[in-house]
Amino acid sequence: MVRDVTLGQYLPGNSLIHRMDARAKIVLLISFIVMIFCAFNFVSLALTAAVTILIVISSGIPLKMYLKSLKVIIFIVVITSVLNLFYGTGDPLWQWGFLKITWSGISRAIFVTIRIICLILATSALTFTTSPTNLTDALERLMKPLKVFHIKVHEIAMMMTIALRFIPTLLEETDKIMQAQKARGADMDSGNIIQRIKALIPVLIPLFVSSFRRAYELAMAMECRCYQGGEGRTKMKVLHMSAIDYIMIALMAVVLAGVIFCNIFFWELV
Amino acid sequence: MSIIETRDLSFVYGIDTPFEKRAVNNVNIKIEQGEFIGIMGHTGSGKSTFVQMLNGLIKPTSGQVLLNGKDIWENPKEIRKVRFQVGMVFQYPEYQLFEETVYKDISFGPKNMGLTDSEIDKRVRDAARFVDLSGELLFKSPFDLSGGEKRRAAIAGVLAMDPDVLILDEPTAGLDPMGRDILLSQICQYHKQRKNTVLLVSHSMEDIARVSDKIMVMNKSNLEMFDKTKNVFSQNKHLEEIGLRVPQITKIMASLNEKGYDFSEGILTVEQAFAEILTKLNKEGKLW
Repeated sequence: MVRDVTLGQYLPGNSLIHRMDARAKIVLLISFIVMIFCAFNFVSLALTAAVTILIVISSGIPLKMYLKSLKVIIFIVVITSVLNLFYGTGDPLWQWGFLKITWSGISRAIFVTIRIICLILATSALTFTTSPTNLTDALERLMKPLKVFHIKVHEIAMMMTIALRFIPTLLEETDKIMQAQKARGADMDSGNIIQRIKALIPVLIPLFVSSFRRAYELAMAMECRCYQGGEGRTKMKVLHMSAIDYIMIALMAVVLAGVIFCNIFFWELV
Repeated sequence: MSIIETRDLSFVYGIDTPFEKRAVNNVNIKIEQGEFIGIMGHTGSGKSTFVQMLNGLIKPTSGQVLLNGKDIWENPKEIRKVRFQVGMVFQYPEYQLFEETVYKDISFGPKNMGLTDSEIDKRVRDAARFVDLSGELLFKSPFDLSGGEKRRAAIAGVLAMDPDVLILDEPTAGLDPMGRDILLSQICQYHKQRKNTVLLVSHSMEDIARVSDKIMVMNKSNLEMFDKTKNVFSQNKHLEEIGLRVPQITKIMASLNEKGYDFSEGILTVEQAFAEILTKLNKEGKLW
């Protein structure tokens, strides 16, 4: 089954983070990501990691879900940390040909690993606790200033909403078509890579055809309901900033200041 | 020996997740060679899951499927062979057409079986004849056909594998009345000529009543009934309890009987009812 995809899955709940405004969450996530890459020494990195753990806990999402989303990128984490291991400068601790491991290489590898893990956990916390509609609504609102440059913000947001909405539908469709072709003896689980790619053609062509059909139907249905872009369109659920959001933003500012403080005062710990 | 036998067949979706759902629960059934079986049940009663287990598209959580007395999962590498013996036509099969021409699409199955070119050609033409697709249509793109033609082309793609058991999951859904009748009689004819086993999943009691020897009723993941068509449709009350019904004509004849007539039980088609009433009137001398 292709349905076991966790990355970006919304899990309804009523935790502190669930109740936050989606716009605040996005802005905080962006500043958090900046913060992750601003942490230059182990003290500030520890602070970042501690905040990440706090976010994970207060989101009220089972830890199992976070681990699942980490599993998807474990490969990237391993590759980048191994690469960084060999990129250090200074006295080699171990050498084999041009490959050498140094203290700075080790510390770089640890840094990169922790940074990527924090990044994924924080991003997952956003997607786990925010419904796709809220997320795109918030993005639409946040991108509004781009209208000055004649960027069609509403249309982009609508496209994102539709794309997110159809991911499960397309997965289900893929599953069905695969079953149907397997029933006709299609062999998808064996053979070399070229044979496997060829075996996907009987799945991909019907999938494309039905995606286009769906797109036409959806366009028709939207037009029947008089959709004509964002002009003059109002929202049923208006985004609303509450006290939690302001408190969280203030906290974030404090932490960010803390990280910068640690960077300055423990600079020799790099 | 039964051609298909299931032993305590069960399937659970999303095992070990919050979405766990038992779709098929301990089904034991024996299907004999050459039978035409109708499968009915509410949406979500587990009938689609059940039929997909019969040709190894999904692996049972527990229990066995025996094909000619042999467990189909005995050797998982050989599961493709089972799929050639048990052909499966899914709901809306026209959405799985993909080749450049109808001919190539129908030959997809036989090609996967590793047959010779001449054998493939023979099978494709045979299958196309069964579903009444004429010669020139075979070399058109499947995407240029009409809805009904697409459906028939897709069904031919399964018939061309010449399976011993043919499973059809709601083959007439979404067709106009004319298309339904034609398709149904083509399936019947195929069954009569090839003398193979056919399993037909349908929501139309009329369709099932017309064609099947036996009926299997699924209800809430369980096998509720499995009996001769007549016997199943004589249990009007029981069927209504589980949200199904008997064919209209069967119901009419039953209510006539309640009013004091004595027509025979389990009349399934309008033609049968017509003949029954005629003989009755004839006997009473009221006809002329």
